[in-house]
Amino acid sequence: MPTREITLRINGTTYAGRAEPRKTLADFIREDCGLTGTHLGCEHGVCGACTILMDGDAVRSCLMFAVQAEGAELMTVEGLADGDRLHPIQQAYWEHHALQCGFCTPGFLMTTLAFLRDTPRPTEREIREGLSGNLCRCTGYQNIVRAVAAAADVLAAAPDAGVRRAPALPDGCVPPTSAGAAKTRAAGRARTPAPKGRTAKTKPSARPKPKRPAGRRRRA
Amino acid sequence: MKPAAFEYHAPDTVEEAVALLDAHGDQAKVLAGGQSLVPLMNMRLARPAVIVDINRIQTLNYLAEDGGTLALGALCRQRAAERSALVARHCPLLGDALALVGHAQIRNRGTVVGSLAHADPAAELCAVLATLGGTVTAVGPQGTRSIPADELFVSYLTTSLDPRELLTEARFPALPRGTGWAWKEIARRHGDFALAGVGVGLALRGGRIAEARIGLTGVGATPVRAARAERSLVGAVPSDALWEAAAEAVRAEVEPDGDIHASAEYRRHIAGVLTRRALAEALTRAREAA
Repeated sequence: MPTREITLRINGTTYAGRAEPRKTLADFIREDCGLTGTHLGCEHGVCGACTILMDGDAVRSCLMFAVQAEGAELMTVEGLADGDRLHPIQQAYWEHHALQCGFCTPGFLMTTLAFLRDTPRPTEREIREGLSGNLCRCTGYQNIVRAVAAAADVLAAAPDAGVRRAPALPDGCVPPTSAGAAKTRAAGRARTPAPKGRTAKTKPSARPKPKRPAGRRRRA
Repeated sequence: MKPAAFEYHAPDTVEEAVALLDAHGDQAKVLAGGQSLVPLMNMRLARPAVIVDINRIQTLNYLAEDGGTLALGALCRQRAAERSALVARHCPLLGDALALVGHAQIRNRGTVVGSLAHADPAAELCAVLATLGGTVTAVGPQGTRSIPADELFVSYLTTSLDPRELLTEARFPALPRGTGWAWKEIARRHGDFALAGVGVGLALRGGRIAEARIGLTGVGATPVRAARAERSLVGAVPSDALWEAAAEAVRAEVEPDGDIHASAEYRRHIAGVLTRRALAEALTRAREAA
């Protein structure tokens, strides 16, 4: 089967590679971009381990093909920490022992990131509902719920602490690629993890994502 | 858990998409949100030779109120509809049901129209379309046609669409002012497919029921409109006894299957229970709106 050129951005770095259309986005992120923090559990959209942010929305990267993410702005678990300094959500998970084996944790963290952005002061019930799309086989949910509540308090006290959002894009919109920049990285067979340079990261945007123009009918 | 190889097309227009479907017939599958199709492909329960990805057709990304009807394009994500003020105002039954479709990560990608095209017998959105008497718009090589809900759903995961047709739009009639509504379902866990679910619309006039709509999911091969139960309500004065009679009528009308999640008897039983609860809640809302 022929391969296709794919260029996308992950945690502020541009990656370019080739893949068959059947390659899932999760596999492309792991195998071609070398970012193995995104985990694969069930590979059919049930466990949530592969949750990433795509153009700001939490999505299951096992239920998309890499070709569909052409030009997209992705964020994976590797984009959370600032060097050695944990993101407040990671810090809260650490402090509340919200991980046991840790396999599901990247998905939980990314879900939590989007959830707390959309629901900054959640009730416990909202937290449980917000996390319902992620499974922990160690069943450590109690401490995960506590960690999310604690992270909500920290983020509410310091709103710029890291819930960043990519520029607004209409649903399904594929933006022009930003290939060609010096930051472009060849996504290839080499499985070496991408070095993390802070310079390559997107700066947290102070601009909130505008509401989707749901009320307007867009006919070209 | 890797999909079989396929030929990939991402057309920019409806015309190009339909031409591709016309050329490949039942070898092709339309990819919108992919939240039902891609799991089937990953498990190789589906092995389409050709994928027609419609995510670049920006003209299909809309949600609008149009003469008493809510029109959703084929690229309108479930999450966008769930959060839409238009849906809350004109079609709250749809909004309530949407919040129970899968999980937020699923709804961020999944589309309303895609769920209708997939026609899962336990899906919320198919039952909402049936309850409200909505329609879908299909574009094919022969032109455009409108299909009412009761002609769209044929059986399990089966619609009356031709493989060469593309569903471009779903139209949900808005509830008239003063109409109460409720969506009730029982699922094992939040976000699971419902064991059974029911949507209700209820309008009052002079203390009597002027119009009643009852649509169910999970209790048969297609969404079910409980026509006899609806007729039993019209003209009557609301009461607990009336709700119980309607619940009994629903139980008599549905023919659920049993599976590992719930027996047929249990599904029939809760279909009645949910109907009673939904009618009571819809009545409260109808009185609040009056």
